Amino acid sequence: MRVSWQWLKEYVDIPVGPEELAEKLTLTGLSVVGIHYLGKEIEKVVTGKIQKINVHPKADKLVVCLVDTGQETLGQIVTGAPNVKEGQVVSVALEGARLAGGMVIKPAKFRGVVSQGMLCSGSELGLTTDIIPADQAHGILVFPSDTPSGQDVKTLLGLDDVILELEVTPNRGDCLSMLGVAREVAAIFKQSLRIQIPEVNPQPNEIKEYVQIEIEDVALCSRYVARIFKQVRVASSPLWLQNRLRAGGVRPINNIVDLTNYVMLELGQPLHAFDYACLKEGKIVVRKAKEGEELVSLDGVTRALNPGRLVIADAKEPVALAGVMGGLNTEVNSETTTVLLEAACFHPQTIRRTSQILNLRSESSNRFEKGVNIEGCALSAHRAAQILQHIQAGEVVAGIIDQYPKPFTPRTILLKTERVNFLLGVKIPEEEVEDILSRLNFQVQRSRSEPSGQASCLIVKAPGYRPDIEREIDLVEEIARLYGYNQIPASLPFGTTTRGRRVGEQEMHAKIKEFLISCGLNEVVTFSFINPSVFDLFDLPPESPYRNTIKLQNPLHKEQVALRTTLLPGLAEVIQRNFNRRVTNGAIFEIGRVFYPDSKQSLPEERIMLAAAGTGQTLNSWHQPAIAIDFYYFKGVLETLFAALGLVKISFVPSLKEPGFHPGRTAQVMVNGNQVGLIGELHPDVLENYDLPVPVVAFSVDLTKLISLPGKNKNYAPLPHFPGINRDIAVMLPKDIPAEEVYCLIKKTGGNLLRNFRLFDVYQGEQIKRGYRSLAFTLNFQADDRTLTDNEIAVNVEVIAAALKEKLGAELRKGRLEAYPTGGT
Amino acid sequence: MEEKLRLMLKAAQQAIANAQDLEEINKVKINYLGKKGELTRILRGMGALAENERRSYGRLANKIREEIEEVLEKQTNVFKNKEIQERLAAEKIDVTLPGNAFYLGHLHPVTTILYQIENIFLGLGFSIAEGPEVELDYYNFEALNIPPEHPARELQDTFFITPNVLLRTHTSPVQVRTMEVTAPNIPVKIIAPGKAYRRDDDATHTPMFHQVEGLAIDRQITFADLKGTLQVFAAEMFGAGIRTRFRPSFFPFTEPSAEVDISCVMCVGQGCRVCSQTGWLEILGCGMVHPRVLEMSGYNPEEVTGFAFGLGVERIAMLKYGIDDMRLLFENDLRFLTQF
Repeated sequence: MRVSWQWLKEYVDIPVGPEELAEKLTLTGLSVVGIHYLGKEIEKVVTGKIQKINVHPKADKLVVCLVDTGQETLGQIVTGAPNVKEGQVVSVALEGARLAGGMVIKPAKFRGVVSQGMLCSGSELGLTTDIIPADQAHGILVFPSDTPSGQDVKTLLGLDDVILELEVTPNRGDCLSMLGVAREVAAIFKQSLRIQIPEVNPQPNEIKEYVQIEIEDVALCSRYVARIFKQVRVASSPLWLQNRLRAGGVRPINNIVDLTNYVMLELGQPLHAFDYACLKEGKIVVRKAKEGEELVSLDGVTRALNPGRLVIADAKEPVALAGVMGGLNTEVNSETTTVLLEAACFHPQTIRRTSQILNLRSESSNRFEKGVNIEGCALSAHRAAQILQHIQAGEVVAGIIDQYPKPFTPRTILLKTERVNFLLGVKIPEEEVEDILSRLNFQVQRSRSEPSGQASCLIVKAPGYRPDIEREIDLVEEIARLYGYNQIPASLPFGTTTRGRRVGEQEMHAKIKEFLISCGLNEVVTFSFINPSVFDLFDLPPESPYRNTIKLQNPLHKEQVALRTTLLPGLAEVIQRNFNRRVTNGAIFEIGRVFYPDSKQSLPEERIMLAAAGTGQTLNSWHQPAIAIDFYYFKGVLETLFAALGLVKISFVPSLKEPGFHPGRTAQVMVNGNQVGLIGELHPDVLENYDLPVPVVAFSVDLTKLISLPGKNKNYAPLPHFPGINRDIAVMLPKDIPAEEVYCLIKKTGGNLLRNFRLFDVYQGEQIKRGYRSLAFTLNFQADDRTLTDNEIAVNVEVIAAALKEKLGAELRKGRLEAYPTGGT
Repeated sequence: MEEKLRLMLKAAQQAIANAQDLEEINKVKINYLGKKGELTRILRGMGALAENERRSYGRLANKIREEIEEVLEKQTNVFKNKEIQERLAAEKIDVTLPGNAFYLGHLHPVTTILYQIENIFLGLGFSIAEGPEVELDYYNFEALNIPPEHPARELQDTFFITPNVLLRTHTSPVQVRTMEVTAPNIPVKIIAPGKAYRRDDDATHTPMFHQVEGLAIDRQITFADLKGTLQVFAAEMFGAGIRTRFRPSFFPFTEPSAEVDISCVMCVGQGCRVCSQTGWLEILGCGMVHPRVLEMSGYNPEEVTGFAFGLGVERIAMLKYGIDDMRLLFENDLRFLTQF
């Protein structure tokens, strides 16, 4: 809502300047989001009459105008504007003048002819096509021919005004009008309003001879007021009226349309003017559209009308989309001589539906959606009649039709000052409560006979333009905002003490994130939306469950049409984007939800997933080598993470057929026999689809599943009293035997003296048979009651080596046997 | 005898003085004091002497041995010292070379800010609640006093799955879900962090974003408590010097409703580009829980009152870190992410 400072001052005295008013309004609930000083840059632009137009001696496209700007001599101005004619009154920027945007006019020569100034277009004065016709915005701005010369254009066009731009909340439809804002200003500054609207020609009831009004559905149209204007002369509006509309952001069209818009801006009541001659049988029916009906709206678009859309019809067909837009078939045009003026009150929801379904928003629908003042319909019609007379655009037929089946009765609300003070945590005296409500035009009465018989109580009635006031709490808010939110003290709640905490899952997620960043992974956040075509990039088969996505009905972009069922495509995209930006090393992870349709209920299943992806290597430095971000890097991250989470029995099972993954470099992640995720390198085909020339490793873990698995309680194990002994062995065996099998066998055959062991080397190459590899382990032996002898160890190693040989065909490599002690206490 | 001993002492002193390094010192030691050394040799000749002579020569020999040992030790120390100095000099490293790099990852700035917000409210006794991101119309709108066709629905352009199922446009549905399972018990003190979705995409809006919802319900919660709680939050989040301003606003599920501004963190309230010259930055919306919302979720508004608030995490992250385009947060450029 744009509020003109000049216009506002007509209704109420404002004891402060625009800036302070803006602040006050903002702090009482009408948020001012902009203050525009309209013509602040414009100086010395005046009206001038073009007396004579001469051709330019040297240029075809230029003309030389002799312009009377009220000075003793005519000014000579060269212009290239096509729309100038002799006798026109135009805006002239004289030497030294400034235009919107700050341009300063200096005398200049155009192909040898001196120009003492410039003729201005609308846009050079800051007027854009949304508030003036395009030819006036881009071409020279032309004034009515009776406009005197030498007048300050800034004043003439109302550009010496200040506009406050208001953001009106949906509950305050009443403030979508000058009057509504003036009322607020009056309440804030304790001023009185000035506005008088006389009833124009109320009697005798001649209008009945013109028109019959019928409301079919009273629930959707609770009041319909009509007036008839005759001997109408459709023309441009006077400048003052045009200026007012422009200040309000509305483009002037013609005097009849303009006066309806003027009243809408002033009083908040949308009006509509029909060309009476086009209304069949002089009849207006407010009804729902019938099957198959259509209407060409004023914007020239043919609208199919579903039954249920509220329309204004004549005896035969729809002539307007009620409250949204008029029809072309009854548009006021230059031939129009009789006008039917409508001032109605439509049901907010039905208007909102219509404008939503037809995707058609108008100043009118915007106001009806928020509720117009049902008490103001007749008054607005009178106001329009008054202006019609004032601008001499026609005659007002005596009488008014007012279909108002259920007149407004104000709601009665009981209000206890005590309650106000309790809810706000303040001590406002009852007198002040009464004063605030009265300033807002609420009727307030005191009652001592309150039902409970205790606290005194106020009986409050809200005016018709405040349909948002329904119950006590609404009054509390009114009092709070006028009292001033910033006057209310600040305290902390007291009462039962509560413990603030994260629950298990939240705790776990935080822990995982902290852990992963300590492993060098960076957290990313990607959108929950995906384009299902990413499944093709991932080479998922048609029957893949990941393809069963939840679709958005109204996506914003075509890349965002469904909800993700896996985090991996999002991460692949991040890797790709970074790679394309030459960031080729790094690891990322995300914790987020994925969504699966659930046929048993209307809401999908939401699962929380952890996924990671990485490529390249960590940076090397002079003192440490680079570490490849590969399968084993990520596997180590997962192993250590699971250990940190206290999970037991973790294993990685080769997975040869995982779509999108490298068949030889992928494993299922198992915890305690349950598959919780997947780890592997992306399939080369997938990498190609993403234009990635480098390997990418990824994992994905279902955290919803993980949290349900039991963890291990940490129990202390006593420290050894006797030193243990380490023994390194190296075995050579066929290279396709998984290390896991060697591990299991060593564990099984190591006996209870083998406390732990680790693989420290894997070797293939010279000295090793083709198709074989060497695995080197450090075995750690320990006894609780004695220091072990070399002999005992040798026996144990013998057993292990024999088993490896027998079961796996492994040979113990010579020359790699040695023993060394480890610590005891 | 005595003469011999004195000559030996002199010779030993000379030898020690001539020694060039520890090795030579050791040789001297062995030559004079060793089992087959000079001293032993001289003492061996003592057997022929009388008892009392033996005793006095013995004392003298011991004295001389001590003297030699003293000089030896002194000189040994000199060499040891020298050797250590040389070793230290040789072992010198360039301490200005960089240390080992531990490649730590970084939390996403939204997470960092989210944790900061959570921790402030955890400290104030709020617990953390969560709810689904795909919601029923009922929880996202109706139970929050936003019936069908309410104009407030317009302010939150919604992604729909079906006419009745949608992506939540705010984290407020968690309020309702929490109240439903808790009513009529009090107190309720929760925050609900999470993702929300709206059909918006520009420098200050992304179709997915993060919010933190707050809700407190008890017997005597007042608007003053709301102000106090949020002032504590603002001071913890932005520093003790921050000023707050409460402006009346409208949300269907709270009344009275307010929008909270903080003094601009960039210009300290002087007016700059970030705050559009106003000196204030809007950071959150809040209000007293609307009685109808309490009623719908099973509370009696005559018996309990409550406050609720909702704040945008990205907005706060942008203010804290001076990020000027919200979309950067979701591009996940590692050069961006590793700055936090």
